Amino acid sequence: MSLIFTVSPDFNTKYLPGWFVVNTLLQRLTGEGIHLETFDDFDGLHEAIRKDQIDLIYANPFDAARLVRDHRFVALARPHGRPDEAVVAAHVNSPVQSVESLQPGTRIASTDNPDVHMMGMIMIEPADLDATNVTIEQRPNYVLVAKSLLDGDADIGFFLAETFDELSETIRKQLRVLVRSQIFVISHFFLAHPRVAEKMGPVRAALLALAQDPRGQMALDDVGIAYFEPVEQEEVEFMIDLMVALTA
Amino acid sequence: MRDMTLDDLHGQSGTEHLLTYADGFRRRIYVVDREVPFPEGRLIVSSTDPAGIITHANESFVAMSGYSLEELMGEQHYILRHPDMPPAAFKGLWDTISQGKKWHGYVKNLRKDGAFYWVHAAVVPNIRNGRIVGYTSVRRKPSRTKVEECAALYPTLF
Repeated sequence: MSLIFTVSPDFNTKYLPGWFVVNTLLQRLTGEGIHLETFDDFDGLHEAIRKDQIDLIYANPFDAARLVRDHRFVALARPHGRPDEAVVAAHVNSPVQSVESLQPGTRIASTDNPDVHMMGMIMIEPADLDATNVTIEQRPNYVLVAKSLLDGDADIGFFLAETFDELSETIRKQLRVLVRSQIFVISHFFLAHPRVAEKMGPVRAALLALAQDPRGQMALDDVGIAYFEPVEQEEVEFMIDLMVALTA
Repeated sequence: MRDMTLDDLHGQSGTEHLLTYADGFRRRIYVVDREVPFPEGRLIVSSTDPAGIITHANESFVAMSGYSLEELMGEQHYILRHPDMPPAAFKGLWDTISQGKKWHGYVKNLRKDGAFYWVHAAVVPNIRNGRIVGYTSVRRKPSRTKVEECAALYPTLF
């Protein structure tokens, strides 16, 4: 039986081929059959988690928290120097010059990425805004969040920072960053289901070895990761405590 | 934890207070009427052991406190206690988190130089294998409306 591996569906689609190469290399390095299952959205991923179909996952912070606390997944590695940060932006011609100038009734364009949405909502709290006094319009991706701002359909948008930075210069020039998070410790984690305990060692070793090999390094480059670094379980527990605190 | 001295204020004039903490420890502090703004986009994070001794402080915590990391590690978290904060607020905090629950509220913190900064704080117990092994506090930028409400309310709670 192949291990089922998946990646949180919050990555730029340009990284998709790279993840298939990473998967191929992990199979070679571990000698295990590993099948990469991808999902178009978080609903699909969460359904697979609910059905207990996932053995290995490169998980976004929000899902990592649930998988560790509720399903006893174990952290094997995290990407080096790649925290998940969020950007709150408005149209450059908007009268909104700062978070504090936002008013009740603000229209927000967001995605189904729970991490970015949580960070975005935290960063508008100083304007006395919360889910009860704003309108949230969910968009399928960040390009369409930007389009909502450019078309005047939303007042502000929540973006994954690295995705915001990868928007075309033409689009970015029409947007004004109101605030960018600098949290540093919220990141993706590579997790394994406890039922594959005997395979965690080889998979962890393979992840760390990727950067030692030119093909592995190229594959990592293709998914935007410098290298995987080992983690103690306490590191992911710490991040989860922090996220629990943030949902207060 | 040493008493504050006028040297800590770097030439600013301050008001002297003698604080008595929940464990009976007493400390002389000086308070300056100057607010330091919360850093944009940041979180101030620290952890303590079950007795409130600081075991972790992130860069923003260190920068906003005015202390060095070395000065903070091993100290009681109440080193940040501002005399304008009513003891009842901290009793409520400890009563809540020691039961394994999350607490949140608005807190005025004291800096090493006597100035202050307001935060929206949330404290969660670190539960490992069913046991509380410490606490993590995460502070984010508060709304000014909440700060003004608390600044009016807290003096009535002494």
